[in-house]
Amino acid sequence: MSIISTEELTKKFGEVTAVDHVSFAVERGEIFAFLGPNGAGKSTTIKLLTTLLTPTSGRMEVAGHDPWRESAAVRRTFGIIFQDPSLDTELTAYENMELHGVLYHVPRASRRSRIEELLTFLELWDRRTSLVKEFSGGMKRRLEIARGLLHHPSILFLDEPTLGLDPQTRNHMWSYLKDLNAREHTTVFFTTHYMDEAERIAQRIAVIDHGRIVAQGSPGELKRQTNTQSLEEAFLALTGKTIREEGATSLDQLRMQGRLWRGR
Amino acid sequence: MEVVYILWLRQLKRYVRSRSRIVGSLAQPLLFLVALGFGFGPIYARAGGGNYIQFLAPGVIAMGILFTAMFSGIEVLWDRQFGFLKETLVAPVPRLQVMLGRTLGGATVATLQGTIVFLLTLGVGFRPTHVVQLPLAVVMMFLTAVLFTALGTAVAAVLEDMQGFQLIMNLLVMPLFFLSGALFPLAGLPRAIGLVARIDPLSYGVDGIRGALIGAPHFSLVVDVSVLGVFVAALLAVGSYLFSRMQV
Repeated sequence: MSIISTEELTKKFGEVTAVDHVSFAVERGEIFAFLGPNGAGKSTTIKLLTTLLTPTSGRMEVAGHDPWRESAAVRRTFGIIFQDPSLDTELTAYENMELHGVLYHVPRASRRSRIEELLTFLELWDRRTSLVKEFSGGMKRRLEIARGLLHHPSILFLDEPTLGLDPQTRNHMWSYLKDLNAREHTTVFFTTHYMDEAERIAQRIAVIDHGRIVAQGSPGELKRQTNTQSLEEAFLALTGKTIREEGATSLDQLRMQGRLWRGR
Repeated sequence: MEVVYILWLRQLKRYVRSRSRIVGSLAQPLLFLVALGFGFGPIYARAGGGNYIQFLAPGVIAMGILFTAMFSGIEVLWDRQFGFLKETLVAPVPRLQVMLGRTLGGATVATLQGTIVFLLTLGVGFRPTHVVQLPLAVVMMFLTAVLFTALGTAVAAVLEDMQGFQLIMNLLVMPLFFLSGALFPLAGLPRAIGLVARIDPLSYGVDGIRGALIGAPHFSLVVDVSVLGVFVAALLAVGSYLFSRMQV
């Protein structure tokens, strides 16, 4: 039975169609990679599935509910590690974890030990009382991952989780996730630009480009379809070799203004 | 309940940790107290109004609350920019609890800020005549604070980005303040201005704080509390609704 499914899912921002009649399904307990060049529509799709955006048209279902109409029910089923930062930088690492634990109803009795376990796992326990604004980029990323794993949802969305991580931490994280997947049948839905990662971890893959799904299947199937030796070659064969620009979004402009306003 | 508490606590921690913001936002009330209080004091006394500092101080306390509260509400925009908003928006908790935690946190911060301004007013010679009513004054300050934090949040939920922030300051916060009776008595105003002052919710906040601290409210404390209460309830409802429709 599919735990995530979309049918002709479409999201337009004004004239731009970010997600264009996208249909795919993810089975319960599957590790599913959602690949595509920059600006292909990966993050928008994840935002649609995780109740953050309303679709323009089409249908979608997560754990048997419509993410937009039954958002409360859907929110109880998933956890997410976002692509861009979502930490409170004025709080300490521990406080960020604790706040997340409360928001996701992690029982008080196990909260502290879970936080310690995960912060130790991602080598942040010694810095637990430091404000996040003093953290390096890699440390922030690790904290986001620790936070995303604090509660055990049935679906985990990971939007480029390993961006900016060293190979050691990447390895560490994926073995943890594979273990979680085997033990608790957690469905893992992730995006990445590291094709070796996708080839190694994912059971099934969908490739999206210009808002459209261009291929779906196991890593082996994609290689056969494109007659290539590696997933990287298959990906390039499917999406071409031109470099994509995401362009300065209004969000980036907003961030600049915010910095000016804060003046600190 | 724990969700409301932890979000409330978050606002408080952020406030305590940003000393520059605390000190910075005290400069304006202090300037108003000194410049207007001592500047207009003699004229006010000659016109038979008595001690202007006595009259002005509650108004300046309300001003400190208004600015801090509106700013706390609008902070939703910062959270959107710096990404933290997403963390609360995907969480499996009712939007009302998120809104309540934020609003109560922001309002507590604004009330603390108002209390510091109150201490400043003592420094320039303000003497509350009803010391036993100090707790009542704090209640009035808190009600005012909740009202404007909720208003700020509602506004921030509608604004797409920071572009509108300056607009809000000029078209909403400043008129709310200057037309409220914080700086001048509401009695004997020209009809139009008097009418506007009666619509301005801050008038009732100022009046409540002033009534509690030095007596002789323009409306009456019962009217002040009722009007503030109705505004608070309405804005919390509207704010929660708008907040629940936010997209990232």
